[in-house]
Amino acid sequence: MTTGVGPGGVGTGTVPQAPGEPGAVVHDVVAARMRPARTPGERVAALLQRNAAPVVLVVVGLFAALTFEFFLTTGNLRDVAVDASFLALIAYGMTFVIVTGGIDLSVGSVFALGGVLAAIGAQRGPVAGLLLPLGVCAMVGLLQGLLIARAGMPAFIVTLAGLLGVRGLVYAVTDEGATTNRFPTDSPLLELGRGTFVGVGRPTWIALALFVVLGVLLTRTRFGLSLFAIGGRGDAARLMGVPVERSTTLVYVLSATLAGFAGMLVAAQASSGVPNVGVGRELDAIAAVVIGGTLLTGGAGTLFGTLCGVLLLKVIQNIINLIGTLNSSYQSVVSGVFLVVVVVIQTLLSRRQRL
Amino acid sequence: MTSVRTQPARPAAPFAGPRPRREAARVFLRDNGVYVALAVLLLYNLFFSDGFITVANLRNQLLQVVPVLVVALGMAMVIGTEGIDLSVGAVMSIAAALLPLYLGYGLVPAVLVVLLAGAVCGLLNGTLVAVLGVQPIVATLALLVGGRGLALVLADGQSKEIRNPDLLGFATARVLGIPAPFLLAAVLAVLVGLAVRRTTYGRRLLAIGGNSRASELAGLPVRRTLITVYVASGTLAAIAGIIATARLTASDPSQLGSLVELSAITAVVVGGTPLSGGRVRVLGTVAGALLIQVLRGTLISHDVPDSTAQIVQAAIILLAVALQRPRRQT
Repeated sequence: MTTGVGPGGVGTGTVPQAPGEPGAVVHDVVAARMRPARTPGERVAALLQRNAAPVVLVVVGLFAALTFEFFLTTGNLRDVAVDASFLALIAYGMTFVIVTGGIDLSVGSVFALGGVLAAIGAQRGPVAGLLLPLGVCAMVGLLQGLLIARAGMPAFIVTLAGLLGVRGLVYAVTDEGATTNRFPTDSPLLELGRGTFVGVGRPTWIALALFVVLGVLLTRTRFGLSLFAIGGRGDAARLMGVPVERSTTLVYVLSATLAGFAGMLVAAQASSGVPNVGVGRELDAIAAVVIGGTLLTGGAGTLFGTLCGVLLLKVIQNIINLIGTLNSSYQSVVSGVFLVVVVVIQTLLSRRQRL
Repeated sequence: MTSVRTQPARPAAPFAGPRPRREAARVFLRDNGVYVALAVLLLYNLFFSDGFITVANLRNQLLQVVPVLVVALGMAMVIGTEGIDLSVGAVMSIAAALLPLYLGYGLVPAVLVVLLAGAVCGLLNGTLVAVLGVQPIVATLALLVGGRGLALVLADGQSKEIRNPDLLGFATARVLGIPAPFLLAAVLAVLVGLAVRRTTYGRRLLAIGGNSRASELAGLPVRRTLITVYVASGTLAAIAGIIATARLTASDPSQLGSLVELSAITAVVVGGTPLSGGRVRVLGTVAGALLIQVLRGTLISHDVPDSTAQIVQAAIILLAVALQRPRRQT
């Protein structure tokens, strides 16, 4: 359990010594935000807020391992990891959006659009199968991003309209959902969603690779750091010279592209694009991000926490499946309860830090 | 130096050219666009849609709008406090799950239990928002995620037939030719309108939506008012769930109220209530709900596929919000 707390603890612990080294402070924006937290109580509060998800994940994982023999089998873990990969891609994008203080409710619909367009495109070759979904989904994100960043409309409403409109678009290109588009049986794209590499499912490798790439993008680049500034205080960020409109727009492009890519992978796994998938997927993604310790008010958040949040949701789902006698509806009940508990704890902890 | 610079530029900058007229048009459209659009749509149907403007069809439209309308009334109050209630659809499904379980004890106890359940859901939301200071989107998201699952657990995942004659009679009854459920919704709209406009409670609600910090400093009971607003929204959602279940003649906890929060938010926003709080337009909300319903009915009567109807609804939301957008200060 202590290993779960370790990395975050080091990050927070080094802050008081940091002023001598400007580079360290500038890079660790999250830590910089928490600099006023000095007393041990406040430090523990900050630590818990950032690391609740990994700790709970370890506890729940141990519980599952000790209770169910089947849980730790290679096959089961591989399936859970693959299942989590698709949600992880969406949740990565959601983390970026939420760090800027926004929200993207359209990802569930964009996810379905990505899958359907991938199947349609794949019938004209693998390149079209790759570019059509990613391109169109990026355009959807661009449109939403422009309306939010340039026209100043609330992200919540714009992406709500996106949720409706994109789902309508999905049904429009599939004859009201009557057509199921299938990938050609020899399409190389199918390999993205199925099969294993070194014993681990390919979608899991993709999710891990993107975790590294996006993690670097969020914490080690000018663009990523500007997002924290925007989420913390948009007008101040503008005065600092951060290109607020451009960065905000790009965040929604990223979120939609990742959601479309996740949809493409799921479609490749099922070898067909199904129009009615992904309903409510945005809720799972937001829940994972929030459980992972990213503040919905913006300005703070980590991809690692999000990944832990995703895994936590999926492990809980797996446990409920393994119990077997429980109705699958319990899964959403447990997710909802987790969400409340985490949010309440977060709120109480952040209030404690402020005092 | 700044004073020298700004002096000549000042008179020209804020209200030059055609701006005031455009601004006035924007404000008019924002405040009355929903009525204009509804009138235009009905006129269009009068001339171009066969069999749309008939007593039977209009009655049907009024009947169909009821659940969204009732939910939207609560949503309007919540949005008036600068909040949002995403859990309404889940509360409707909880209502649908509970209703058949308690109908055996009689209609009145069953309805009371369902209303109480709705109020408890609202209390949960309200406590999270008002006492713990959780953002309304997140606070109500939890119930949206978990509520429908809870309903399915309560109902054991099953749809149950409703046989109570009083309830079924209410769903099909007419008073003066108007469907009884719509009359109930209209009464609720009047009550909400009076509460918002004519009572101290309503003024507090709007004050909190305008500036919650200032309201608190002015000594208003912010927490209590916020909690009651969410309780009202939850209770109204439960009423909507009862009416919708009665009309279906069967409980459907897995589907009932799914995405109703979107339609309700659309109705409220299209009706001219700003998302930034401090203002509630109840009549506009009623017109907004009717507009969405009639629009959908019109598109269906012209054999426009449902997917297009959805895209149109999305465009309308964006248009309404674009009109509401305050003019940029820069």
